[in-house]
Amino acid sequence: MKKSLLLIVLGLFAAAQIHAGDVTGTITFKGAAPAEKELTPIKDDPNCAMLYPAGLPKTKFYVVGANGELADVIVSLKGISDKSTGASAAPATLDQKGALYVPQIIAIQTGQKLIVKNSDQLVHNVHTQPTANPESNQVQMGGGPDLTYTFDKPEAFLKFKCDVHPWMFAWVTVVDHPYFAMSDKDGKFTIKNVPAGKYTLEAAHRKLGTQTAEVEVKADGAAQNFTFEVK
Amino acid sequence: MNNKYNPALFWFAVLNAVTTFLLIGLGGLVTSHEAGMSVPDWPNSYGYNMFLFPIKDWIGGIFYEHTHRLLASVVGLLTTILAVWLWLKDSRKWMQWLGIAAFLLVVVQGILGGLRVDLRMAALGIFHGTIAQIFLILTCAIALCLSRWWTNSETEKTIAVPRGLRSHVLYVTLLIFVQLMIAATMRHQHAGLAITDFPLAYGKIWPATTPEAIAHYNATRPPGTIGDSITAFQVNLQMIHRCVAYAIFLGVIAAAFLAKKKLGAADGLTKFAWFWLALIIAQIGLGAWTVWSNKAADVTTLHVMVGASALLTGALWWLASARRTKLAA
Repeated sequence: MKKSLLLIVLGLFAAAQIHAGDVTGTITFKGAAPAEKELTPIKDDPNCAMLYPAGLPKTKFYVVGANGELADVIVSLKGISDKSTGASAAPATLDQKGALYVPQIIAIQTGQKLIVKNSDQLVHNVHTQPTANPESNQVQMGGGPDLTYTFDKPEAFLKFKCDVHPWMFAWVTVVDHPYFAMSDKDGKFTIKNVPAGKYTLEAAHRKLGTQTAEVEVKADGAAQNFTFEVK
Repeated sequence: MNNKYNPALFWFAVLNAVTTFLLIGLGGLVTSHEAGMSVPDWPNSYGYNMFLFPIKDWIGGIFYEHTHRLLASVVGLLTTILAVWLWLKDSRKWMQWLGIAAFLLVVVQGILGGLRVDLRMAALGIFHGTIAQIFLILTCAIALCLSRWWTNSETEKTIAVPRGLRSHVLYVTLLIFVQLMIAATMRHQHAGLAITDFPLAYGKIWPATTPEAIAHYNATRPPGTIGDSITAFQVNLQMIHRCVAYAIFLGVIAAAFLAKKKLGAADGLTKFAWFWLALIIAQIGLGAWTVWSNKAADVTTLHVMVGASALLTGALWWLASARRTKLAA
């Protein structure tokens, strides 16, 4: 009896996998991106300025490749809720390094652990400024223990900031299902194992806004590109 | 107890008023540097008793927030002493109660500042910034009422200030107060500049605020280090701030010319009205500079301080004119 049940479950699982495909695509940017700004306030803090003897870092709002490949775009399926597998997903990590958040953009699921590290020998305060989840503001001493966050409600680009070093920001998009991805430096994204069906796919860039497209996912997946443009 | 001029009490009240003005400047620096939450606890600082927090840790945004707290403690102490001093040494009942009002307001203001940190409520910062302006007027009004001019003026011959002129100055002063509330709301949105050009606004007299236009502004405006997206509300709020600034400018020009006409060019209140106009012109210039500098912290803070000075000048002008008019009656 137990063996039969196991076979049925495995069979259903296999069937589900057969009817699931990857959604892939490329994000490109058209036009001239506004110039990034040097993080000049770093100069006012001697402890941080000494980290950049060769020149100050700049904002990274538009990470665009030579051929217009656009990174840091969160692509996710719309209209799906309460499907989070965040509780069992591997924790995501956000580091504070060189008085900057690394990475600056990240996406996680509701209930998924987000580990915030401080690799600096500087004190930071990790100040979350959500719109749907509770706000928090915690001290993290230089090289101090990691802080762990989870968020129960989905929201786009939840802001993390450090008020000690007011140029430090990260934005965390929280999704309540596992069907999302972030475009890499080549502008490419892959959302894995999407069950077959018709969906609205959304691409969101923190400065360039959002775009949507209707996709039909079949056994061999689906492909959808997005082009962001500054007019 | 008497109500004769008491130099020690007067200069102590002046010290309190000047310290309060500096405190507003330091508070302006806290917000301009986005440092309000850099010390996450209150009344402690990073777990230390506030007064024992090691100086070596006063770094980055902590420096602005912690020194703001320390100076606020000084103002709290000075105001408490002033209230007790007034209660014991000033025979005017209303002055005694003004001292108590200042004491209560400084307590409320301190708690509000602390709750803004502990409750992480940015909106409380708007009230904190607004009450600071009322408190500054109160401390300066106390100093004015303790001055030699005020206490000895009963024996001097004075010229009444026409009611129309007094009312005009009062209304313009109230408009400046409204303007400072708008400004506090703008600053405590913590979103950077909502409109990045001046005197036009996104190249127009009045910018479009459709969702498409806002998306375009967000995509194309020069990225500040904050880089938050702006909203139509924030764009409209800055436009209202600009319009009210022009209205105040016209109101103060009218006040200066009316004072000259009604009181004469040599009258102290006329000269004070010209000074008020100079402040407003400087303030408009600083507002423009704030935009052109992409909200540089020092320029923006100077804009805050001159704004507070403009409100204060209007309030003291009105108070002095009311005093003169009463004595002339």
